Amino acid sequence: MLRAPRSFPYSLLLPATIVMLAVVLFPLGYSFWLAFRNMSLYHFRTHEFVGLDNFQLVLTEPIFWTLLGKSLVWTGVNVFFHVALGVLLAILLSGPVRGKTILRTMLVLPWAMPQYISALTWRGMFNFEYGAINLILKQWFHLPPVPWLSDPTWAFVAPILTNIWLGFPFMMVVALGGLTSIPADLYEAAELDGANGWEKFTNVTLPSLMPVLVPSILLGTIWTFNNTLVVWLVSNGGQPADATHILVTYIYKVAFTYSRYSYAAAFSVVVFLMLLGFVVYVMRRTSSQERTA
Amino acid sequence: MKKNDQAWTPGRVFVQVFLILFALATVYPILQIVTISLRPSDQLYSTSLAIIPAGASLRAYQTMLFQKPFLLWMRNSLIVSLCVTMLGVTLASTAAYAFSRYRFAGRSAGLYLFLMTQMFPATMLMLPLYVLMKNLHLLDTFAGLVVAYTATALPFCVWTMRGYYDTIPYELEQAALIDGCTPWQAFVKVTLPLAAPALSITALFSFMAAWSEFLVARIVISRQELYTLPLGLESLAGQFQTEWANYAAGSLLVCVPVMAMFIALNRNIVSGLSVGGVKG
Repeated sequence: MLRAPRSFPYSLLLPATIVMLAVVLFPLGYSFWLAFRNMSLYHFRTHEFVGLDNFQLVLTEPIFWTLLGKSLVWTGVNVFFHVALGVLLAILLSGPVRGKTILRTMLVLPWAMPQYISALTWRGMFNFEYGAINLILKQWFHLPPVPWLSDPTWAFVAPILTNIWLGFPFMMVVALGGLTSIPADLYEAAELDGANGWEKFTNVTLPSLMPVLVPSILLGTIWTFNNTLVVWLVSNGGQPADATHILVTYIYKVAFTYSRYSYAAAFSVVVFLMLLGFVVYVMRRTSSQERTA
Repeated sequence: MKKNDQAWTPGRVFVQVFLILFALATVYPILQIVTISLRPSDQLYSTSLAIIPAGASLRAYQTMLFQKPFLLWMRNSLIVSLCVTMLGVTLASTAAYAFSRYRFAGRSAGLYLFLMTQMFPATMLMLPLYVLMKNLHLLDTFAGLVVAYTATALPFCVWTMRGYYDTIPYELEQAALIDGCTPWQAFVKVTLPLAAPALSITALFSFMAAWSEFLVARIVISRQELYTLPLGLESLAGQFQTEWANYAAGSLLVCVPVMAMFIALNRNIVSGLSVGGVKG
């Protein structure tokens, strides 16, 4: 800690705080305010207070629960594969393997690509007639083509596949960092106790990785849940017929295509409160585990 | 590791083959962009899976550079991204320094506030910003984009910078203060030069955040001559059937510099991330 006039740290913080207030906290408050009004394209300047109408609409429409279910599936499947693939690859890469550097660089590339390019490229690969995936299915495995972008179910699978590809490198890098910090004598001790490979994994590797993985999984869960871009671009704005939306893409569409501003604000307030509840719950649980451990 | 000279057991061969196949599958979508960008114009609807297409040509690159407004999009993206980088590095390096070196009222609340911003659904911020910009006539200006991008990149940059400052011993600054420097001089002349690696990551992340942002740009910018690269490339992929080769060539021109920077700074990124994460 350094000594300085009491105002000095505040003056250092001032510029960043102004920007954050203007772009983050003001909109947050404004969203809450907007959620209680009826602003839309038709009521852009003449909007008025409507109480909880928007919230009632959000929570009673069946589409909310459908979208919530899809958001949960989207987040669960993605995060599961991100972590499973990331940890698996990290463990394999830290074993006796030739060409580690080049393999690691290749595996990290999806993270380095601008996301919108990856998403648009995958949309191209999902094309029914000319997309690489159907061509591979047909020419290598002699399987019938899959209607990736026109069938509602497949059109939901397509962004999930894309996002698994996009997201596992981050977890792999995190896990690689965590693996290097496990002391080798832990494994030697386990070997002396006669542990086999799987026992070493569950009793040494996984517990040692958890402190590094848990914050990343939490952050990854929030990022995935809030990921509008991938679903939006791969399904081309929710096609076919708005059947592929998750919560956040639906809000984006309602706000900026249908201009139902207040309804969208109420929707995003609900989503935000859910996420906040989830994060507080997880942080409480992990900190109580730390205390008892 | 030390086991490297062990015999090639079946298990080891299996792992090696699995990793190679997985890495190739991972890179395949990127190769796909290369392939399509090289397709001659008479083979755009090709069902061939060859990596280098028959009669490969660089025509799409020529089209993108000289007939499409690609260079204009790039200029727009560069203006926005460089402004965001400068603003982001300045704001993050000062704010993070305060968090790292001083104890003051509201410190931990401030730190968590920065972290909490990661939780908002993007639309929750975009919608008020859109209404605000519409009222202030900031739609279709770069200023609106720059401020929005800086704010989204800032929390991550502040956390990274603070983690790095924490690893620099502050005895150096104390000595400078005793020698008569002001706190500001101690920061700028002593600490900042030592934090160069973290500054480079902060710069890279701010730049990349602005360079590849699509959703905010889509609602703020509607005039074609103000399109940034993501908007421009999406407009080509939108009419997918006709412009696919041009889109691929443009994407590659955008990707390669970013990927090169990312790989060059890879080591910094990993250490920066883990340093920032250890001390919560």
